[in-house]
Amino acid sequence: MSFDDAYHSLTDHDDDARWAYGTGFADPLAGVPTALPEGVDRADLAAYCLMLGDDALVMSHRLQQWITRAPEIEDELAVANIGLDLLGQARLLLTRAGEAEGAGRGEDELAYLRDPGDFRNVWLAERADADFGQLVARLLVFSTWRLALLDRLATSGDPVLAAIAAKGVKEVSYHREYAAGWVVRLGDGTDLSHARMQAAIDAVWPLTGELFAPHPTELRLAEQGVAVDPSELRDEFDGVLTEVLRVATLGRPTVPAGPAPGRGRDGVHGDELTEILDEMQGLARATPGGAW
Amino acid sequence: MVSARTLTAADVAATVTDPELPMLTLAELGIIRDVTESAEGVVVTITPTYSGCPAMEAIRADLLTALREAGFERAEVRTALAPAWTTDWISESGRAKLAEAGIAPPGPAPRRAAGPVPLTLGVRDDGVACPRCAHPRTERITAFSATACRELRRCPACREPFEHVKAI
Repeated sequence: MSFDDAYHSLTDHDDDARWAYGTGFADPLAGVPTALPEGVDRADLAAYCLMLGDDALVMSHRLQQWITRAPEIEDELAVANIGLDLLGQARLLLTRAGEAEGAGRGEDELAYLRDPGDFRNVWLAERADADFGQLVARLLVFSTWRLALLDRLATSGDPVLAAIAAKGVKEVSYHREYAAGWVVRLGDGTDLSHARMQAAIDAVWPLTGELFAPHPTELRLAEQGVAVDPSELRDEFDGVLTEVLRVATLGRPTVPAGPAPGRGRDGVHGDELTEILDEMQGLARATPGGAW
Repeated sequence: MVSARTLTAADVAATVTDPELPMLTLAELGIIRDVTESAEGVVVTITPTYSGCPAMEAIRADLLTALREAGFERAEVRTALAPAWTTDWISESGRAKLAEAGIAPPGPAPRRAAGPVPLTLGVRDDGVACPRCAHPRTERITAFSATACRELRRCPACREPFEHVKAI
């Protein structure tokens, strides 16, 4: 069974294979040279690709949950598009993780058949949003951090990671602009919207500490020029957040941003990830390898 | 039979249209990086527009179908991720066709100085003219639209909303 055309696989009634398990899409890295950079530990590279891929996958799923719940149709389109960009980045990164691991696992196995303890995303990505203010606060923090990260990763010693990152920079620049625009609009809005936007920033802030705490895998690969040491992203992040909060007339949160409360990079997660995976993996797990 | 073919594989690949912007050929969209013919068959190398662009799968299938119909039985589509696609690769004829279809073509892709990606806050005048009445100043409604590559704008003169291919 092979699908080259997503639309075809959805609509072709002559074929009993239907779109169910996984995406039915072709390998997003088809024809991209798969050689690993010399001297790089396969397990480290696989683990690193999983970290960045899981951030994108889980954040994408949270964004998708806002479709039909956003305040205006323009925002439905925005969250759907941002979610799609991140899903695309996740597919590329999980496929690269599977290649580096060398155990025959592809993007579908990694997305649908891992347990919460095997996910490596930061806690910020999995946190449920209490309201739209929290969504844009979380998206501002996430995209500001990820943009700084991908921008540095574009010169990675792994040419595949470098290419994925260079493409992602263009996309995440728009995500950050969208989130910042809403934070300013709500922060510099009515008394009520200002108060709720401030509460949203305060609620998200404790999750920022984890973003800059390097994992040993990241440090080993950073030394080889393959990964980015996230502690180097702090200045750029602080500069952007300070400017957005200033224009939005919001105060910088008094909640301490560290030490890192989350240990998502080690597979330690809250119940919120389990809830996401139940939803995302349910069908694939109920019918392993199923297609109809 | 190679001699029976009237078109090269590159000619055939270039005429396949984009499923989301069907007025454009893949060549006009600027996503075909390379087409090679050899004894082993044809290899077409394409570059994705956006990481999550679902049209890439349809494009792959359309390319293989068009090549097969033109007599190229053995063909393969490969992906090139680098350098990343830029709207600067949309050809002049592609831009003209977009405008004709009421979609404002992209301006030059943003050039960056060294250092962090600059933060844009608030309304910016990015010089997008109305594709209907040619009014030079239009405003963005949202940076996202029906596909990843387009944004929604409106014209203050003729009051029509329209789409614009974002410059990336």
